[in-house]
Amino acid sequence: MNKPAPDAVRAPTDWKTDAMQKRIRRRYARERRFKLFGMLAVILSAAFLAFLLFTMVTNGWRGFTRTEIALPLDFPAMAMQIEPAQLATPGANLALSGAELEGKVSNAALAAYGPQSVPVLSDAAWLKVREALKADPSLLGRKATLWVPASTQIEQGLRGNDAAAPLARKLYDAGKLHTGFNTGFFGDSDSTDPVAVGIWGAFKGSLLTMAVTFLIAFPIGVLSAIYLEEYAPKNRWTDLIEVSINNLAAVPSIIFGLLGLAVFLGSWSLFGVRVGPLLPRSAALVGGVTLALMIMPVIVIASRNAIKGVPPSIRDAALGIGASRIQVVFHHVLPLAMPGILTGTIIGMARALGETAPLLLIGMRAFIVTPPGGFTDPATVLPVQIFLWSDEVSRGFVEKTSAAILVLLVFLLAMNGLAIYLRNKFETRW
Amino acid sequence: MNPLALLFLIAGLGLIGWLTGRARALRIDRGGAKRLHSLPSQHGWYVATWAVLPALLFVAVWASLSPSLVRDAVLEHPAAAQLPQFEFERDALLAEAKRVAEHPDDARAFDPVAQQLAAPTRAAETRYNWMGGAIAILLAFSCGLFAWSRVRAQLKARNQVERIVMTLLLVASLIAILTTLGIFLSLLWESLRFFEQVPITDFLFGTHWSPQVIEASNPGKSLGAVPLFWGTFFIGAVIAMLVAIPFGLMSAIYLTQYAAPRVRAWMKPTLEMLAGVPTVVYGYFAALTVAPAVRDLAVMLGMPFASSESALAAGLVMGVMIIPFVSSMADDSIAAVPTAMRDGSLAMGATHSETISRVLLPAALPGVVAGVLLAVSRAIGETMIVVMAASGAANITLNPFESATTVTKQIVDLLTGEAEFDSPKTLAAFALGLTLFVITLLLNIVALRVVKKYREAYE
Repeated sequence: MNKPAPDAVRAPTDWKTDAMQKRIRRRYARERRFKLFGMLAVILSAAFLAFLLFTMVTNGWRGFTRTEIALPLDFPAMAMQIEPAQLATPGANLALSGAELEGKVSNAALAAYGPQSVPVLSDAAWLKVREALKADPSLLGRKATLWVPASTQIEQGLRGNDAAAPLARKLYDAGKLHTGFNTGFFGDSDSTDPVAVGIWGAFKGSLLTMAVTFLIAFPIGVLSAIYLEEYAPKNRWTDLIEVSINNLAAVPSIIFGLLGLAVFLGSWSLFGVRVGPLLPRSAALVGGVTLALMIMPVIVIASRNAIKGVPPSIRDAALGIGASRIQVVFHHVLPLAMPGILTGTIIGMARALGETAPLLLIGMRAFIVTPPGGFTDPATVLPVQIFLWSDEVSRGFVEKTSAAILVLLVFLLAMNGLAIYLRNKFETRW
Repeated sequence: MNPLALLFLIAGLGLIGWLTGRARALRIDRGGAKRLHSLPSQHGWYVATWAVLPALLFVAVWASLSPSLVRDAVLEHPAAAQLPQFEFERDALLAEAKRVAEHPDDARAFDPVAQQLAAPTRAAETRYNWMGGAIAILLAFSCGLFAWSRVRAQLKARNQVERIVMTLLLVASLIAILTTLGIFLSLLWESLRFFEQVPITDFLFGTHWSPQVIEASNPGKSLGAVPLFWGTFFIGAVIAMLVAIPFGLMSAIYLTQYAAPRVRAWMKPTLEMLAGVPTVVYGYFAALTVAPAVRDLAVMLGMPFASSESALAAGLVMGVMIIPFVSSMADDSIAAVPTAMRDGSLAMGATHSETISRVLLPAALPGVVAGVLLAVSRAIGETMIVVMAASGAANITLNPFESATTVTKQIVDLLTGEAEFDSPKTLAAFALGLTLFVITLLLNIVALRVVKKYREAYE
């Protein structure tokens, strides 16, 4: 380029020239491209979410339905050595197993439908007969036709997914099959047969685990937030606590599983005394404690922010009329910070509810047929149940896994929605 | 005694303590001779704390001691002599006896010895439960009575209660340190035991990983973790970031700089939902939908034996999971750039995109980099997606269609099999955990440093 003479007046740029027009067009085109990329990024991310939900719904909605088959049963002819009165006692299950109810039910199916290439009854059909007998002992004295779960081959055949389709179609046309809402999915527990599985056991395990998590993480989290924000002197110890909490929030969840395994379930010695296992393996208690340690930093950080948001004038006013420092916090600051604390807690609990990895390590992956009765019974939780079912290849389990995922997502959405609602409703601008 | 009933009883005693303590203080107050130092309700709290706290501490100690007491009692029973000597089997039988003892109605032991031991187990459990319960109640009652007897006008009930509350607050915040310490020590302890059996150099620099077949004479030969480190890096820090960084960054830019407020109000929570979906759902989606699609693509590209557990499938889904994380970090750091810089650039005639890519992004770069580091730390710690969609075969490969395995996947695989606690196989999981913990910690510390430094530059 030629250097302009120092005294030369620089001519204004002529924007009308072709070169300049072209240049502007190019810049604007690049601007539009850039904007388009941004829009595409947002749209594609949202589309991925939509696609994921769509996949789960198309795979999972049939998990909420179940095909049942009519099973004529002649109880007097079965010659079971059981009195109706026995069925009301706690030992009824053992007595009915002892009377070989399972074999008699499959014999009844053989009598009604003849030998087929695939089983017509679900593995769990006899359990439904057992429940029916316990609910109505008078059945023992008469013939009855019960609707029991059909086998997974028949169910999938009716949906056109299995080689048993012609047989299923035939039975359906004869009025021996009907498909209805799968109440068992919400009332039963794990099973080897996809037709008979339910999420109740896992759901109850989740409830128990979450109860433990909440009871531990919420008080401890809030109390330590209060301490750090309101009372802690600035020294090396409080710095150490702060650093610990911030780092714990970023520790991968699986590390907490290793912690639970080594500290709560392993046995180790403390000053020569053999300690442990501190908590029962596979139980909701140990899962809850582990998850509580995991989400505590989340609650502490959210609570500290909420407490920080309460203006100092409130504290000064309370102190000014003679409240003690404890009273200032518990009577004034804490109630005002509560919406923020609760929002953080709900988000933390939602994270705990969806967590799987640490629970796998502490043994909450057992095959649980009876729902846990208490905090120390072997239990599993909903996400782990999903993981266990996802290992099964049969089409029936794909449906049930997706259906369980839908249930889990509904709960998580509800919790997050509640958190957002709380935040908007109680958000105060000081 | 049922633990829940015991807790209720103790709480009930606490309530009675509160009421009687307050009543006594009120009576002194009405007597009018002396002015109370503290409010009546504070006297109530004083008595209630005395009644509840020692009893609860005792219950906690008792609960951790009683299982081993029960165990010792059961082992003294004559039938226990038939138990196998091997500790693992013996514990299993004792657990079975315990289960039968607790559910006599619908459980039956498969093993005759366990069935025989059910009755003594139940007896021992009942005995120790009642013993503990009785001591706890006695403790609550006597401590409460002691405190009640001390209620008088001069008693500084408020100061005492507040001191206890302060102690509780301090103890609560110490739990965070205890947890960190617990994680570090337990990982370190088990890892040291591992390194007694396997040289640390074999573990850190060995390139062959096959824990299924471990030579007893030289376990280090098949426990070289380099393939795992590579797989973790390849899936979490390369493939996932190739998805998460452009998508996260561009959507943050679009939503903060271009989108109309209404669009932003809707799309931001929608994208955040991606972070709220449980990882097990992503894992299932990756295994069920993405992995087969990736395999088909590989076959189309001329790799007929492509794995259906490719690194690409796991990495892609992981990247999508991380998008909201990157985008919210980028969002924050772009918003922290002073408006004057943006306005100045626009005033000079730069287009929006030129302003963003030449002014805003360079200024926000430290924050974005910190966000990316945090995202990487998250991705390499992510477990369920790789457990469900990645393979267990430890390969060192650059081909995303081939299978690769990660540290987290191997931890789960090593610990969910049936193995005794002391084998190098189980202990290797803790050594892997320690490595993972240290790396994520370093990433976080570096990221926080970067953020801090950057903040100082503009404020």
